[in-house]
Amino acid sequence: MQFISLHRTLFTCLLLSGGLLSTSGYAADRGEALFAQNCAICHGTDGTGGMGAQLASQTFLESASEQYLRTTIHLGRPGRIMPSFYWMPESDIDEIISFIGNWRTTPARVWPDDVIDGDAAAGKKLFMGYCASCHGKDAGGGIGTGMHFSRPTNLPITAPALNNQGLLNAMPDHMLRHMIQQKRTNSLMPSAAQLGLNTQQVNNIISYVRSFQQKDLKKQALYSEEPASLIVDSPYTFEETVANIKRSITGSNFVHIRDQALTEGFNVEEVKGSRQLIIYFCNFNFLYGALKIDPRVGMFLPCRITVTEKDGHVQMMSINPKHLSQLFNNDELNESCDEMHEVYLNILEDASL
Amino acid sequence: MNMKHLLPILCLFFSINSHAVVTGEMIMVRSSEAFPETMANLQTAISSKGYTLSRVQRVDVGLNAKGYKTDKYRVVFFGKGEQIQQLASQYPQLIPYLPLKIAIYAEGENTILTSANPAVFMDMFNTPALKPTFDLWLKDITEILNTVQNSN
Repeated sequence: MQFISLHRTLFTCLLLSGGLLSTSGYAADRGEALFAQNCAICHGTDGTGGMGAQLASQTFLESASEQYLRTTIHLGRPGRIMPSFYWMPESDIDEIISFIGNWRTTPARVWPDDVIDGDAAAGKKLFMGYCASCHGKDAGGGIGTGMHFSRPTNLPITAPALNNQGLLNAMPDHMLRHMIQQKRTNSLMPSAAQLGLNTQQVNNIISYVRSFQQKDLKKQALYSEEPASLIVDSPYTFEETVANIKRSITGSNFVHIRDQALTEGFNVEEVKGSRQLIIYFCNFNFLYGALKIDPRVGMFLPCRITVTEKDGHVQMMSINPKHLSQLFNNDELNESCDEMHEVYLNILEDASL
Repeated sequence: MNMKHLLPILCLFFSINSHAVVTGEMIMVRSSEAFPETMANLQTAISSKGYTLSRVQRVDVGLNAKGYKTDKYRVVFFGKGEQIQQLASQYPQLIPYLPLKIAIYAEGENTILTSANPAVFMDMFNTPALKPTFDLWLKDITEILNTVQNSN
């Protein structure tokens, strides 16, 4: 019994010496681990940015209150890639905020919650004159969500979507006013003083921007009624269908890349009476454009249509980009997905005529 | 504090150490290794989970050949042959999503790996019989990506 007890004691000491003796050390490690697990993928391990914004920037941190970070993590930015971490316990969010706080050189601000009084109608005119060229006439943000493939992280951030419900719920009026009034580094945005705007005019702009805020945050339905796969019967033989698809691909300004059996490379015997051939194709200009909007889209590339035959029944099938667009939380990608949806439909229909 | 109280803390501590992000629809990890090393680690991790790597689509090579400048970008296709055959036969609507894929691309000195969360397929196809397969894919892909990340 003494032997077992001694081993237990030694084991416990060993574990405690591994970093658990200090509660604060444990908390710091935990915050860092949570950041690495959930945030670093986009914001960089050291917060210097990447697909996501630079969080370690003093300009950003000087404005961002802990409450702003908390609400941003909780709500995300609907349609602007940053996901909602609605499922994350408050204690974990606090650990992440604490870890981000290590990059601050000045204490975090605490912004008052009160609403700044302004004239939204006058603010709209000012917004159109001073803000819309970067933030969009509808306040929908600059072109590009900021998530560019291999985008240098030292580039100025893309003008945020000021009508985004995640942003509007996270950012109190006083923080918004501070950001308008201060000239910030690594940003193309001039200060209000540089634009010749006085405090009342800034307040008016804030009231206009605030007018985009909805009372209730509507949770977007993740999956539409669109089917996950596009499947069309072919009245032709397997070989004829393959030839038809290749012809239609070329006619749609895409390049045929290669054909490949579904099980090619897997060293399995073919099943009699059943075959599947994948036809890969691409439009490099379209591909480049899509990757620039969102590099994650490569998961569903290159374009492909599979021709199947089972017991003499020939079908053509593809992914449905319209359905998949909902996975990305990137509104800008929707247009490309809609376009690709049309391309797939046209090829499938053309090949079955 | 006795061991009974300490163990849950330890489990929690180690469970959050460098794991893949599963944010609903995507599974993503950042590797601090450069692209070639990460690609090698990925291929090893895929094989060690019993999957066959069937092809690597060199997206960047195709784009560069057409005059578009990009950093390294590849799509790795993998699966288990007999399982793919069986699924293709029983659930043909799954065929456009087979084999499984992981996109791997350079971001400066780091490398990012992204895969669709197979759990999403459950919502997409709403076929209860497929749930164990999708659950296993989620577990395996998460472990593959964790292995790659922890190879740093």
